[in-house]
Amino acid sequence: MDGLISFAYTLLTMLRDVLPIAGILFGFQILVLRRPIKNPGRVGLGMVFVLLGLTLFLEGLEMALFPLGRLMAEQLTAPEFIYDSAGGVMTAVHWLDYLWVYAFAAAIGFATTVAEPALLAVAIKANQVSGGTITVRGLRYAVALGVAVGVALGVFRIVTGTPLHWFIISGYVVVIIQTAFAPKLIIPLAYDSGGVTTSTVTVPLVAALGLGLAETIPGRSPILDGFGLIAFASLFPIMAVMTYAQLGEWKSRRERRRNREYSNVE
Amino acid sequence: MHPADNPLVSHPHKKAGRLKVFLLRARKAAEPLTESAMALLPIVLVIAFFQLIVLRQPIPRLGEMLWGALLVLLGLALFVRGLQMALFPIGEEMAYNFVRKGNLWWLLIFAFTLGFGTTVAEPALIAISQEAARIAASGQVIENTEVAQDSYAIGLRLTVALAVGFALVIGVFRILKGWPVQYLIIGGYFGVVIMTFFAPPEIIGIAYDSGGVTTSTVTVPLVAALGIGLAHTIRGRDPMIDGFGLIAFASLTPMIFVMAYGMFY
Repeated sequence: MDGLISFAYTLLTMLRDVLPIAGILFGFQILVLRRPIKNPGRVGLGMVFVLLGLTLFLEGLEMALFPLGRLMAEQLTAPEFIYDSAGGVMTAVHWLDYLWVYAFAAAIGFATTVAEPALLAVAIKANQVSGGTITVRGLRYAVALGVAVGVALGVFRIVTGTPLHWFIISGYVVVIIQTAFAPKLIIPLAYDSGGVTTSTVTVPLVAALGLGLAETIPGRSPILDGFGLIAFASLFPIMAVMTYAQLGEWKSRRERRRNREYSNVE
Repeated sequence: MHPADNPLVSHPHKKAGRLKVFLLRARKAAEPLTESAMALLPIVLVIAFFQLIVLRQPIPRLGEMLWGALLVLLGLALFVRGLQMALFPIGEEMAYNFVRKGNLWWLLIFAFTLGFGTTVAEPALIAISQEAARIAASGQVIENTEVAQDSYAIGLRLTVALAVGFALVIGVFRILKGWPVQYLIIGGYFGVVIMTFFAPPEIIGIAYDSGGVTTSTVTVPLVAALGIGLAHTIRGRDPMIDGFGLIAFASLTPMIFVMAYGMFY
């Protein structure tokens, strides 16, 4: 019974999110474009699928993963766990005591990104548009690796207390340099993949990790240090996707050269 | 595949083929579910590893977790089906119709409305702007009253929504003109860096994060399909080079706008 009530509640909140969007779409389609919608039945059913699908997805996450994930983020950042495993009472925070936290940050960043529905949508589109050169799984894993590195580095920043903007600005410099060398076709997709990584699945767990750390580490304030993990998680996938494309290009160039050498021998 | 190897074509002389055909059909029908299962597997492994091996604790309420995981699987498979039936075709069809209509202003107004309208009610944004108002009150930027906090939070939400609306207008205009995305984005980075040195330090973390939370799960596929549809329909545009990039703008402009809000509020 409780499950049913919470399901209905999630469905209503989803409906509240989707209705304005549907209103804008159909409003423009009917009032401005003055055209009937093609296959209205199919589109309507698809909308219902999107709505039901996201509701089930969120409801399932709330049952299965979020409570445990949040609890784990709290437990791993709790002083008892860190100092116990470091073997003694610490007077100052040393960044090496937090190795398990970095590992958890990277692992949870990777895992939640792979499951992110918005990223899946963009990957499906990129696969269609690129004619199959970009695989749905390859793009998602590249982006997820970027998020993993980004979140781990973001946690390291909270532990050491370095100002956020120095990391982000250095990240921008790297992105600009990579843009000059990356294959032209991948650049817009790489930039886009920064924005899609962080939504339904990643934000709740990653934000819990950041705030938990900022609250427990002496000298950090949740205000100044708790935020910023999402910024890391949306910057690093850009680099990861460009690196992925660059590696692919190098590999095919090397193969082409090798093939040419073979044909010269013959 | 050689036709003789294709298990979906019946070969009367092969008796073991029937089971193979059945298995292949079953696999095809279950494909969306196996895809979602692959997407979910890493989370399950990470949680299990850290809970059982690092924290050394049992997994609480295992039955409920399994039921939840099943819902997630079903939900993701349904969502993907819905994407292909509704969100992708609508986005592309509208892009096509706007180009055929040939009225630039209506297209830009549509882009702005879509960006503003989908962002202003976004739950993640509502949560983060309330958090920001609390922080501003404790930092004595605004009065520590509920009224002052509420108006600060609403102002912030409107700022971010305006930023996303503006981003989609610029992004759509760029597709029409065929400008390379990187110059605009790198220009935006310079904007972010310059603003960072002038904005109050309490707002910077929130501003940087606000870029990531604006794009919701329903908006992203729609906006991606709109961009690609435009690039498909307009002659001389490449869907790969010109079609992507709208989401990148939508996650960049909020940073600049929120820092400006922190400076002038």
